[in-house]
Amino acid sequence: MLGKGVVGGGGGTKAPKPSFVSYVRPEEIHTNEKEVTEKEVTLHLLPGEQLLCEASTVLKYVQEDSCQHGVYGRLVCTDFKIAFLGDDESALDNDETQFKNKVIGENDITLHCVDQIYGVFDEKKKTLFGQLKKYPEKLIIHCKDLRVFHFCLRYTKEEEVKRIVSGIIHHTQAPKLLKRLFLFSYATATQNNTAADPKNHTVMFDTLKDWCWELERTKGNMKYKAVSVNEGYKVCERLPAYFVVPTPLAEEDVQRFQGHGIPIWCWSCHNGSALLKMSALPKEQDDGILQIQKSFLDGIYKTIHRPPYEIVKTEDLSGNFLSLQEIQTAYSKFKQLFLIDNSTEFWDTDIKWFSLLESSSWLDIIRRCLKKAIEITECMEAQNMNILLLEENASDLCCLISSLVQVMMDPHCRTRIGFQSLVQKEWVMGGHCFLDRCNHLRQSDKEEHQRQLSLPLTQSKSSPKRGFFREETDHLIKNLLGKRISKLINSSDELQDNFREFYDSWHSKPTDYHGLLLPHIEGPEIRVWAQRYLRWIPEAQILGGGTVATMSKLLEMMEEVQSLQEKIDERHHSQEDPQAEPPCLLRNSARLSSLFPFALLQRHSSKPILPTSGWKALGDEEDLAKREDEFVDLGDV
Amino acid sequence: MASSSTSKYNSHSLENESIKRTSRDGVTRDLSEAIPRLPGETLITDKEVIYICPFNGPIKGRVYITNYRLYLRSLEMDMRNLRFALKQEGHSRRDMFEILTRYAFPLAHSLPLFAFLNEEKFNVDGWTVYNPVEEYRRQGLPNHHWRITFINKCYELCDTYPALLVVPYRASDDDLRRVATFRSRNRIPVLSWIHPENKTVIVRCSQPLVGMSGKRNKDDEKYLDIIRETNRQISKLTIYDARPSVNAVANKATGGGYESDDVYHNAELFFLDIHNIHVMRESLKKVKDIVYPNVEESHWLSSLESTHWLEHIKLVLTGAIQVADKVSSGKSSVLVHCSDGWDRTAQLTSLAMLMLDSFYRSIEGFEILVQKEWISFGHKFSSRIGHGDKNHTDADRSPIFLQFIDCVWQMSKQFPTAFEFNERFLIIILDHLYSCRFGTFLFNCESARERQQVTERTVSLWSLINSNKEKFKNPFYTKEINRVLYPVASMRHLELWVNYYIRWNPRIKQQQPNPVEQRYMELLALRDEYIKRLEELQLANSTKLSEPPTSPSSPSQMMPHVQTHF
Repeated sequence: MLGKGVVGGGGGTKAPKPSFVSYVRPEEIHTNEKEVTEKEVTLHLLPGEQLLCEASTVLKYVQEDSCQHGVYGRLVCTDFKIAFLGDDESALDNDETQFKNKVIGENDITLHCVDQIYGVFDEKKKTLFGQLKKYPEKLIIHCKDLRVFHFCLRYTKEEEVKRIVSGIIHHTQAPKLLKRLFLFSYATATQNNTAADPKNHTVMFDTLKDWCWELERTKGNMKYKAVSVNEGYKVCERLPAYFVVPTPLAEEDVQRFQGHGIPIWCWSCHNGSALLKMSALPKEQDDGILQIQKSFLDGIYKTIHRPPYEIVKTEDLSGNFLSLQEIQTAYSKFKQLFLIDNSTEFWDTDIKWFSLLESSSWLDIIRRCLKKAIEITECMEAQNMNILLLEENASDLCCLISSLVQVMMDPHCRTRIGFQSLVQKEWVMGGHCFLDRCNHLRQSDKEEHQRQLSLPLTQSKSSPKRGFFREETDHLIKNLLGKRISKLINSSDELQDNFREFYDSWHSKPTDYHGLLLPHIEGPEIRVWAQRYLRWIPEAQILGGGTVATMSKLLEMMEEVQSLQEKIDERHHSQEDPQAEPPCLLRNSARLSSLFPFALLQRHSSKPILPTSGWKALGDEEDLAKREDEFVDLGDV
Repeated sequence: MASSSTSKYNSHSLENESIKRTSRDGVTRDLSEAIPRLPGETLITDKEVIYICPFNGPIKGRVYITNYRLYLRSLEMDMRNLRFALKQEGHSRRDMFEILTRYAFPLAHSLPLFAFLNEEKFNVDGWTVYNPVEEYRRQGLPNHHWRITFINKCYELCDTYPALLVVPYRASDDDLRRVATFRSRNRIPVLSWIHPENKTVIVRCSQPLVGMSGKRNKDDEKYLDIIRETNRQISKLTIYDARPSVNAVANKATGGGYESDDVYHNAELFFLDIHNIHVMRESLKKVKDIVYPNVEESHWLSSLESTHWLEHIKLVLTGAIQVADKVSSGKSSVLVHCSDGWDRTAQLTSLAMLMLDSFYRSIEGFEILVQKEWISFGHKFSSRIGHGDKNHTDADRSPIFLQFIDCVWQMSKQFPTAFEFNERFLIIILDHLYSCRFGTFLFNCESARERQQVTERTVSLWSLINSNKEKFKNPFYTKEINRVLYPVASMRHLELWVNYYIRWNPRIKQQQPNPVEQRYMELLALRDEYIKRLEELQLANSTKLSEPPTSPSSPSQMMPHVQTHF
């Protein structure tokens, strides 16, 4: 194959461990002139995208069956992405290319997807940043979507190396002005067409009409109203132009504390109870001001807490729940488990996989999020309570918890359109600070801030566990809300029992997938979302297996049923013999890998993957291990 | 799960049902109606008790002891402890206890196992499933290089081997006898499986009796060379010793050992680092500790890791993958042994065969595989399980077969369309591994079974399964001939088998049936209905060509219904 130096030895056996192992030695690479000439692969630019710098004769490593191949090509950097233009895509056949990402190719890394760049100098791996004095022989790029790229620059001209490396570092690390983000040049270069009917399109929640539609859909319009008091962001920049508040609430109240201390409607349950969120009032020391705040809040509470007709329960998410820092720390540890440089590393970490997972605490955080959402669901569904989520700015954990609750309770949110609308409503319009949380502008002082908040939402779809945490009384709430409400917060034992009963009873009944849906939250049930996290790791691929195997059977059957349906229809209408079979999407599922269609990377051979690292010490069982299976009778020897 | 009449499968309904029933029975006097009984099952005693349920607290009820089961639950070892409180009424507590131990451990009280009393009748005879001659014929044996020998007809050569063996054509029966003297318990290398195309083979045996002095046996050396030469392309025979190398070395002290390459020039030896039966037993005990009665919550993953159970599974699978790969690639024939060749060896050969030969992935194929590699080749079921024996601390016990079934389950998880059978099939095998309702897993070897006339006096588990096959079928099964399955033996993919190990815990309830399977079944039904309707339409069209169709539910009416499915 063109430009491919095939090199053996997946290197599981090497004892000393340099930070980078070179699998391709120069003499093993075909330097036949003809072969080195790259096949011209054209760079696909989006409207408004510009080529910034490039380097040729770059070798990209492709891992296959614990060997690595090198593929020659051109490495380019545009104002949108880093792209490798090589020949290795040609191996894919129709089955696979059918599910190709049309914007971002297999060898494209968008600039904002770059997580960490490493250079390899004399077999040593170092993080690259800022101005470089010396340029590396190899470039390793870890992406935020967990891909890992290895580029060898040894055969590239020196000036080109300098240009591409410093170009990539600059464009992925230097602080950026908002107006320089690629999407603006892209948007000016393309036409924007807007969607219409909320039934078939994502609801954007940027008009009063959208909110009214949502109120109507959830039958929340009895008690809640959409307001335009923040039109033009007169009151507050954090809040959307239009939002929903309790009907009795006066619009002046919204202005009083710039939108703070106002219960903002998220969603209404079929029984009339509502999910609301509120950003906390500024913290004050002064007794007088506190008194004013208290009486303001007392008035506000009357709009949602009117026993015996309506009762509200407050969930303080900034005090009693996860901290954003915790989530960020856990995710940084967790993602590291999937950014794997080579086969050796994969098998070395395999033996202690479970404890590594546990020490990241990520799955535990997922569980706690799910548990909180189930607790809230219980209050709304079984106890008919309004729930008020309270957080400093009501734009982080509020987004997370309220969307989880809606996914569990509202089947509409489990449709594609419904889910997109939910993200738009709770996260985009809910004022989640994506720019800061993802640090899109790379302000180093802000150090990547808790950016993975939206991930628990996407992960939680799989399955779940339990972990009790005490709900302690928060003094602030006590001060602000008065005794009556803090009483409700206090009764944690009772809540715990209610939760258990609700959870157990739901799980003991057959599941209605179009109704309330509660995840499992027991230890063994919360697992790594393999399709996302393992998708780029060749060692983790099950050739011809995984869930895709059953899914493709299901799709085949659906096609068959549909074509039968059409045949019957045609019989009825024209009584002629039906047409040919419709084209089949996923034939030959034996060839698909378990990661299909999320990763295009394919193992082309059917050789098994063998663990290269061995056994971990048994510890206290060593003496057992030494025993004979059976008493060997030496008599007959 | 002794009392599982197989129709009631779901653990929870079972648990609850039995509880409900027994509490009702506290009032009713007539007992014969109260408990389900198998033909041949007789009630010994019954008593009112309080069942101390670890999940739901104390429950008043009645316990029945029959010669098969304790109703209100269980015989031996499936992750449950049953604790009962009995009211003090004279000596009745002691009586109950004595009766229970008598019937739970019949062998210790010179009573027969229930399998010999069971009078169940099935319309299929499971004992006919495995016929060694037929199975070898299916593999294309005998051929030019391999012959069937009856040297062990009366179990004289090796009392733990089957009567019928497949050996190299060029090795005479006398050769075999001489080799037997050099192999632990006379378990000589014999063929398990032959590759239909490249003719490389999997051969199984026990360790050579090398001993401390490094004894040699020319006949054994020559015999292995003959095995290698059955395939001309091969320069070296690959030997997989399942043990960790330190254990293999240590076994020399008790007369065992391994084939060293300075003596066996044309062989290459690899150790697979799989631990012994004692390590496996302790590992499973630890699994039980973290799942019963409460699932370890706060540190589930690290506790799971500390049991090492999945690590052992990983090593067993890794070993089997290597065996399968060697044979499938045609690089070499493979000889597998451990110490005696009836535990780890059976795991490795049967798993490798499952990977290589799609026949074994069907229901009957799998039954044949178990019957062949485990039952006929003398996996010591009786000692490993301790059927009817009260000595529960016996060092001979070990969950080796369970571990094998767990490996199969892991494979079926990774390849959900490759197996004809479903999870229920694997669970029912394990349930009856312990239940003693069937003769299938009784005794240690074929010769003992023959002496006890097991096939005449007991019912086979395969009778129960094969007379009701539909229940054990995987709807996604796609028959693929000649496809080698290599599971990924990484902790990233191995899972604790929750539906088996934690099925009694009402908190841990898997979605049953799984939604994708449910949807698939719905579509299957829909397809069948459409095909029927299409046939009807065709029929109607051919009879009344001109008339419009007047079927009660027209397809346009069907459409919206179907759409909700998609």
